[in-house]
Amino acid sequence: MSDLVRNILRFIVFIFVQVYVLNKIPPLHQYIVPYIYFLLIIWLPFSISRMGLLFIGFFTGLTLDYFANTPGLHAAASTLIAFIRPLLITVLTPKDSSELSYREPSAKAMQWAPYAVYVVVLTLLHNTYMLLLEFINIGGLLNFLIKIISTSAISLLLIFTAELLFPRSLKYRTNTAS
Amino acid sequence: MRNIFVFIRRYRTFFTFLFLQVIALWFLVSYNRFHRTKFLGVANELTGRINSQYNKVEDYFSLQEENKRVHRLNDSLLNLLPRNFGVRDTTLQIGMDTLNYDTAKFYRRYISRPATVVYNTTNAQKNYIQINRGAAQGIKDNMAVVGSDGSVIGVVVHTSKNFSQIMSLLHVQNSVSAALKKSGEFGTAEWDGKDAHHITLKKIPKTADVKKGDTVLTSSVSYNFPPGYMIGTVADVKFENTTGMYLLKIKTAANFYNLQQVHVIENIEREEQIRLMTETQKKMDQLKSTNK
Repeated sequence: MSDLVRNILRFIVFIFVQVYVLNKIPPLHQYIVPYIYFLLIIWLPFSISRMGLLFIGFFTGLTLDYFANTPGLHAAASTLIAFIRPLLITVLTPKDSSELSYREPSAKAMQWAPYAVYVVVLTLLHNTYMLLLEFINIGGLLNFLIKIISTSAISLLLIFTAELLFPRSLKYRTNTAS
Repeated sequence: MRNIFVFIRRYRTFFTFLFLQVIALWFLVSYNRFHRTKFLGVANELTGRINSQYNKVEDYFSLQEENKRVHRLNDSLLNLLPRNFGVRDTTLQIGMDTLNYDTAKFYRRYISRPATVVYNTTNAQKNYIQINRGAAQGIKDNMAVVGSDGSVIGVVVHTSKNFSQIMSLLHVQNSVSAALKKSGEFGTAEWDGKDAHHITLKKIPKTADVKKGDTVLTSSVSYNFPPGYMIGTVADVKFENTTGMYLLKIKTAANFYNLQQVHVIENIEREEQIRLMTETQKKMDQLKSTNK
């Protein structure tokens, strides 16, 4: 499967799961709203240009916004993490990303510790920015602070569960077309 | 001049990022202010189509619950049929007109249309419900929406050709005029964005006699809702000393987790009522300025 097809499938699956499962389940508590759709952006291949990342991020967020009736909210947050992602990868990996032997960010490609930091930072950024926008609109400081922690915790739990449940068959980057 | 281009070229990713952020925030801000934007026109049709496909499957899971509600409502309607009422004294000969009431006295104020919920959330601060009827089926903004058991659901805020968006009771900007069934005091029902089973009823004066379990209905002073539809029951009574008003916690009559069939109710005279209100306002303002 080429990267393009793989990521289009992922896009459909993540949006579907977010819209029809996670947004619909009766919440365990008012503070817990699980988010996982931005895992798509976290898992995008290294080879995508920074401009490409930005537009993919914006488009992904906007698609979710169309379904959730929150125009701009997720789009703003996912554009932010798409912008931060390349900077974070440069900081966390010793090598230039073009020299990495794997195609996508993963525990194997980046070592467990840097990869965990990478995921945690992007999750926190995404949730904080999104909840900040919601906070500006609605208010409730304590609500906002608790929500950042609880929402990020549940998102991280989901992401690492997804990581363990669906091991990606990571291929070495090769010169031959695959 | 050349330097500016070099500068822009060098930081073009950053500028693109800023540009996309501005677009996203602009969507967000304009949507919050007006409840609706052009943004949702085409998108509403598209997501509506996908949502109704998904809904075909999802509906099966709550069919039993829905059946019971419909059955209950049917039952209460059956009880209202004229054939349920008879004249007890049949030997007494009274010159009965075929019409036993003055038909000219009654006129229709509200009309209801059925619709099906295709998408619904409960975990956001601003929850919207999408239904499969739109402008082409006569749905307009500000129409009231009640569930299959007559419980209040929300108000239509935006329509496309075949779908409509409803601002759910569970929406922080929502405010419905409500009245206590027992004593008839008016208040405003709002949502604080926390618990999807409870809303708050404000502005009930302290003279009212309120107890736990009292029924709360839509009031007769709403432009959108016909009077007498159930909002919920009082779950907790609190008195606010600062305002001298009650702050009541209301358990919603509608279960927002399994909405399926709804009725969209139109107030036929709404436009006239609103027009009268704005014209009165204008007239009073003019009076004020001429009296000076």
